[in-house]
Amino acid sequence: MIDRNLPMRTYRSTILSYTVSFRTLHNGSNRMDDGRKIFSHCALTGARLLSALTLLILFSSLFAASGFAQDWVRTGSGLGVDKVRLAVPDFKPSSADPQNAALLKTFNDTFWNDLDNSGVVELVSKSFYPLQVPGEPTEITFPAWNAPPPNAAMLAFGNLAVVSGKVTVQGWLYDVKNTASPQVLGKQYSDNATDEAARVIAHKFADEIIFRLGGGIPGIAESKIYFVSDRSGHKEIWIMDYDGSNQRQLTRQASISLSPRISPDGSRLAFSSLTKSGWDILMYSMELNRVVSFPRFGGTNLAPAWSPDGTKLALSSSRGGNSQIYECDSSGGNLHRMTSGKGPDVSPVWNRKTGSQIAFVSGSTGLPQVYTMEADGTNQQRMTDQGYAVSPNWSPNGQFLTLAWIRKYGPGEPGSSDIYLMDIASKQWVQLTHDGGRNDFPSWSPDGRHIVFQSARSGKEEIWMMLADGTKLHQLTFTGRNSQPNWSWK
Amino acid sequence: MKRINVKNINRTQQSKKMLATVIALCAIMMLGACKKKAAPPPPPPPPPPPAPTASISVSPDTIQQGQSSTLSWQTSGATDVSIDGIGAVQASGSQQVSPGESTTYHLVAKGSGGTQEATTRLTVSPPPQAEAPAPSPSEEDLFGRTVKDVYFDYDKSDIRGDQQGSVQADAQFLGQHSNVNFTIEGHCDERGSTEYNLALGDQRASTVKNALVAAGVSASRIKTISYGKEKPFCMESNESCWQQNRRGHFVYQK
Repeated sequence: MIDRNLPMRTYRSTILSYTVSFRTLHNGSNRMDDGRKIFSHCALTGARLLSALTLLILFSSLFAASGFAQDWVRTGSGLGVDKVRLAVPDFKPSSADPQNAALLKTFNDTFWNDLDNSGVVELVSKSFYPLQVPGEPTEITFPAWNAPPPNAAMLAFGNLAVVSGKVTVQGWLYDVKNTASPQVLGKQYSDNATDEAARVIAHKFADEIIFRLGGGIPGIAESKIYFVSDRSGHKEIWIMDYDGSNQRQLTRQASISLSPRISPDGSRLAFSSLTKSGWDILMYSMELNRVVSFPRFGGTNLAPAWSPDGTKLALSSSRGGNSQIYECDSSGGNLHRMTSGKGPDVSPVWNRKTGSQIAFVSGSTGLPQVYTMEADGTNQQRMTDQGYAVSPNWSPNGQFLTLAWIRKYGPGEPGSSDIYLMDIASKQWVQLTHDGGRNDFPSWSPDGRHIVFQSARSGKEEIWMMLADGTKLHQLTFTGRNSQPNWSWK
Repeated sequence: MKRINVKNINRTQQSKKMLATVIALCAIMMLGACKKKAAPPPPPPPPPPPAPTASISVSPDTIQQGQSSTLSWQTSGATDVSIDGIGAVQASGSQQVSPGESTTYHLVAKGSGGTQEATTRLTVSPPPQAEAPAPSPSEEDLFGRTVKDVYFDYDKSDIRGDQQGSVQADAQFLGQHSNVNFTIEGHCDERGSTEYNLALGDQRASTVKNALVAAGVSASRIKTISYGKEKPFCMESNESCWQQNRRGHFVYQK
């Protein structure tokens, strides 16, 4: 996998193409600078270079494939390039406290899952590991890791100690092919000795590693997913960690609450709820842990969406007759209408990168289709050409929409609702889910590498997650019916 | 105290006797098993005394407070008959009762053949506050009986031809009963997306409202609400069920 004989010039030209492509993907110079900083910082082994290219390959392969979009095309970040082989032996206990074993298990499980879910590394199977695994740097035997069978490029290892109610984790990331100066990362974390703290520390350290091996894009291990669950007997808004742990109920409206949308700074959650006066937009404060006041507009008000700067909300309202897209301040003031067709128009979402465009759903020509418009309501563009297309969600880099689409719709054509990815500029699309029942409400992760969505493939509506190329599909919720996931912005 | 002690002693002795009997029986059975001989059949038990019968009824079974009712009971084969709240009574008989609140009468008939129980309940309603309403159907009943829901095609919110009759009939009734306020609920079938269906249901409710307003019903009497696919009438996944769920549903406003 690593060709140490590559001439230096080849490295440079690859770096150049990386930074250029990075600019295209992220549409901003800050990101590119970050990426370059990372690169000048790291000793450029081939392994790191390849890992940094992962995202680029992910999307370029998606759109190379979208020319043949009608077929089930296998796309992925592993095409044409290998991901960094990362070995993650279980962290070792370094104290004899009885609590140690339980916290260590939580830490090891969470840490492994975070890295496995990240999509940026290839975890070396534990069956290849030597019998003696290191708990600290002095215990490393490099040949046992950097040669086959493990043949790891990177090694994450460390230890966990519980001493008088405090948990301390020491963790290292080593470039085991570079034995002269192997340390990429060395970290120590301390907190109260709770299961939750062990989980958070695992998330933090995993994010550090993913940040370095994943092209300088922050990891998502500390992000949250908001969703609707009926397990209390009513549809209420719930929250969970990105990996499905820590599920808990937020709202107690005892009515029907839908469409949770967290603000970009994570402080407020807008949602729609059936109140005595009808469907209203309600606002929940994550700081006060309660619903705070928000004006009632009259009519049916649904599906609030935050502008990326957090100052505005788009929503749909039938206060003027038909359901139309409206915009207001985040306080609910200055409400004004943006669309005026015969509708119904619903489910607006802002371009998360620029804030200059809004995608929405309109049934003005019959079956609902996805449209985009400028943030002032002008220049409406129909994005989907046929079928039943709903629930658009904008990628963090602003280039792609993901949506739920029944492409083959019609009599005798039951059609399944699947998750699709569409390039805004070209309207080219690629299908991400296949043969899996009804799928709806996709929502991007902050790193742009994952999509969470609702699916009835298990027999009832539950929350599922996958990489943005459709791989690594796994279920996050199992109790009751769960729907409409919304991923935090960071 | 003394008697209780004596009883206890007697009980202890009895239980000892029984234990001895059980052990003896077991031993006999085991011996029998060893010898592989069938034990002689036990003598047929004497016919048990007939079980007592009991019945109790109250007539009328519903009275207003202050009125009285007749409690009647009949038993046979019982030596000891009592009714909770009344006490020991004759084997059969009747009695006037006038309780202040609803009461359950519990009859227990004990005899050598066993115990038989029977119950009956007398419901006591509070005295009427005023003259009972006329038995003619209320406006709400008429509304529920007369006003017909309006059904829609898939993903459509315009009123189709075969539903125009319902709308006209509804408008006529609502015109005649001009003091009735009501809500039109917009419903959708389970297919499609939650948010879009709520908007579609809203559109359906509005369409029905607009048609009624056009036919002369005052808009101020009409509320609309969309339930999308959140409150289906029918839970199956087939077209006849879906058609049931795609509707504008009328609800009387009290």
